Amino acid sequence: MALDRHMAPVIKDAIDFDIKLKPYQHFVLDNQVEVYTYEGGAEPVMLMDMVFFAGNSYENKNWVAAATNFLLKNGTTKKSAFEINEAFEFYGAHLSRNCYNETATIALHCLTKYFKEVIPVVSELISEANFPEKELQIYQQNLIQRLSLNLKKSDFIANRFIDEYLFGIDHPYGKYAMQEDYKNVTLADLTAFYDTYYKHGKCIIFMAGKFPSDMQELLNKHIGQLPLNKKVIADVTHPIVSAAQKHYSVVNDASSVQGSIRIARHFPNRHHPDFAPTQVLNNIFGGFFGSRLMRNIREDKGYTYGIHSYIQNHVQQCAWMISTDAGKDVCKPTIEEVYKEMKILREELVSEDELKLVKNYVLGGLLGDLDGPFQIIARWKSYILNDLTDAYFYNTIDVVKSIKPEQLKTLAEQYLKPEDFYELVVY
Amino acid sequence: MIQFDKFELDNGLKVIVHQDTSTPMAVVNVLYNVGAKDEDPHKTGFAHLFEHLMFGGSINIPIYDEPLQRAGGENNAYTTNDLTNYYCQIPAENIETAFWLESDRMLSLAFSEKSLEVQRKVVCEEFKEHYINKPYGDAWHKMRTLAYTNHPYRWMTIGASLEHVEQAKMQDVKDFFFKFYRPNNAILVVTGNVTTEQVKQLAEKWFGPIAAGVAYERNLPMEPVQHKSRFQDVRADVPLDMLMMTWHMGGRLDQNYHATDLMTDVIGGGATSRLYEQLIKVKQIFSSIDCYHFGTIDPGLVVIEGKLVKGITMSVAEKAVLDEIELIKNTMMPTHEVQKVINKTESLICFEDMSIMNRAHSLAYYELLGDAHLMNQELEKYQKVTPELIQQTAQQIFQDTNRNTLYYYSKS
Repeated sequence: MALDRHMAPVIKDAIDFDIKLKPYQHFVLDNQVEVYTYEGGAEPVMLMDMVFFAGNSYENKNWVAAATNFLLKNGTTKKSAFEINEAFEFYGAHLSRNCYNETATIALHCLTKYFKEVIPVVSELISEANFPEKELQIYQQNLIQRLSLNLKKSDFIANRFIDEYLFGIDHPYGKYAMQEDYKNVTLADLTAFYDTYYKHGKCIIFMAGKFPSDMQELLNKHIGQLPLNKKVIADVTHPIVSAAQKHYSVVNDASSVQGSIRIARHFPNRHHPDFAPTQVLNNIFGGFFGSRLMRNIREDKGYTYGIHSYIQNHVQQCAWMISTDAGKDVCKPTIEEVYKEMKILREELVSEDELKLVKNYVLGGLLGDLDGPFQIIARWKSYILNDLTDAYFYNTIDVVKSIKPEQLKTLAEQYLKPEDFYELVVY
Repeated sequence: MIQFDKFELDNGLKVIVHQDTSTPMAVVNVLYNVGAKDEDPHKTGFAHLFEHLMFGGSINIPIYDEPLQRAGGENNAYTTNDLTNYYCQIPAENIETAFWLESDRMLSLAFSEKSLEVQRKVVCEEFKEHYINKPYGDAWHKMRTLAYTNHPYRWMTIGASLEHVEQAKMQDVKDFFFKFYRPNNAILVVTGNVTTEQVKQLAEKWFGPIAAGVAYERNLPMEPVQHKSRFQDVRADVPLDMLMMTWHMGGRLDQNYHATDLMTDVIGGGATSRLYEQLIKVKQIFSSIDCYHFGTIDPGLVVIEGKLVKGITMSVAEKAVLDEIELIKNTMMPTHEVQKVINKTESLICFEDMSIMNRAHSLAYYELLGDAHLMNQELEKYQKVTPELIQQTAQQIFQDTNRNTLYYYSKS
């Protein structure tokens, strides 16, 4: 029988897959630090991700949270920055740290066999960091230089400004650091922040991969005896102050050949019932390679290398963002096409065929996203930090499976109104 | 240790299967043995433009992405100077969809004028986004033309100029396709929840009927040994001065490759490297500095690039780097420093091998190098590197006559 290449092979629809989020294990250290683990994988490697409630929401002065997070690896009462780095790198381990809005993390990636060698050093960082003056000064100097470089980039400027318009320059989600902020931070600021939010702070640990047999004992010995989780961290709230003006055009570099376009509106957080169904609408709109924005503006018109829409990953209040860099002469038509696609979603029903494709794509992608121990614990981490359970996971799957074109149109009518969007082009 | 089976179809397509039953997914990876180095010097950027066209519909299937997404799959591709690689990840139950799609575009593209016209524009925007609208975006273009006088590594995969991409014609597209995109010039790797039997049957069914092409004899102009140090000044609207130096090194199969790799890590790979500690922290001459290498199949380049702290002159910065290089050449490296970079490499390999996607990329790549089994021998080769070998390698590579230097000055 001749092969018919026009005929697609029979597929199993991803909406018929039974997708499960594998459960975590949980235990509590002597100092009440909670540990969530997922053990698995074939390679002899592991991840320990320590989350501190030490994001920039808690700082009283710009940049203090980020600087503390970065520099706690640059000196302890026992070791210099070089010796600390050496203590990890000699064992092929990697210690990364990141500062977000609510939380800041210290994440250790290492070979399972060397966990016992490096865990004491992690412990030292969260109990005995001493912030040498020279380290702060070098970091400030280098960041000021890096900033001068980034300020030449239109996409960097655009990302900063659009968040500022949405949330206000004093809100953790809208603020950013300038040269002066880097200069103004002192050692006393770092030490005080460290003492409250790390050394005596609130911590949750997430672990995944292959564990050594004495993993719990090691954790309890080196982390479980530290003075963590003793005090309740006071809640902080910051008012959102959105800009009055909605449309902006900024010339950052007159010789620029492209413009960075950002179009964004406020959007509720994950606890809102519209969050999950709107993710489906977002996928159709600009959430993947086959989205309408991508097909129209890249694949049909060639205005850009890529255009994407997404809902920001904030805890408190999110934004729905459309982001692209387009040729200078086609920025205007690009923006017009974005609004045109919004209009079509408001006025016309998405076809069953297109919707089915997106459902299959989303659920197939979810299956892939949960492939591997690090991915599984990352999903759990995101739920736990957002006060969600696996009910959210299964509810989201149900929403994707059952959503109808009419619901999507209703959501588009509510959320895809051009007048609600901030619009910015940086050239 | 990554287990796999290997077989070849009658049309010359090499097939590798690696089974992993712990995942519900599968990866189908097709590597074509063609990269930017195989381009006509007057039509550069073509291999990469071509990668874009591979998504513009094939002879029997108007749109590549749609059926794949419908089957819950995702895909992407990349082009380097050496190769072009396409891959999709898909729920294992729907793996036949990937075979159908990949085999049809190996059979023949649709060669749509519209697709060519749009993708020329998209690639031009990509060119602008990464190489024109970015500070220092042209540095590699300048360095490549300085360091390579003859070998096609002298242009970047995006192309030597926007004009080359703009002028691409449909006839060029067709010629390129039938020259390089033939089963006997490709490697198919399938990893994940599949069996070798299943892959054999599917490969025969979908790829078996595709006719082999004329074998491609690669005959690239080799780069002559460099006998004199080369320099170039650039002045541009950037905020900071940048120093970039390169030295010619051996190719991927050179016996000193692993020593070279470890050597660059000691010199400038991360926070305990020599350059970072000495030139960023102790002497505060650079605000950032790295040492790495190309890792290309043909002889590549060892690179040191860094941005200068404001107020430091280029000659002071250059001397500081060269002093560190002299130290590597003239003093035996402590054993623990070598052990450190070997341990880092072991860790890197283990983390890389976690996903079926990376395993598929690696198997395809090592098969291209000559034998997929090389993948399982890498760590051992690194473990055999000694301080003596690193020193010899440094003495060979870091000769002044072998050096190319770009002084990238801030206009302000």
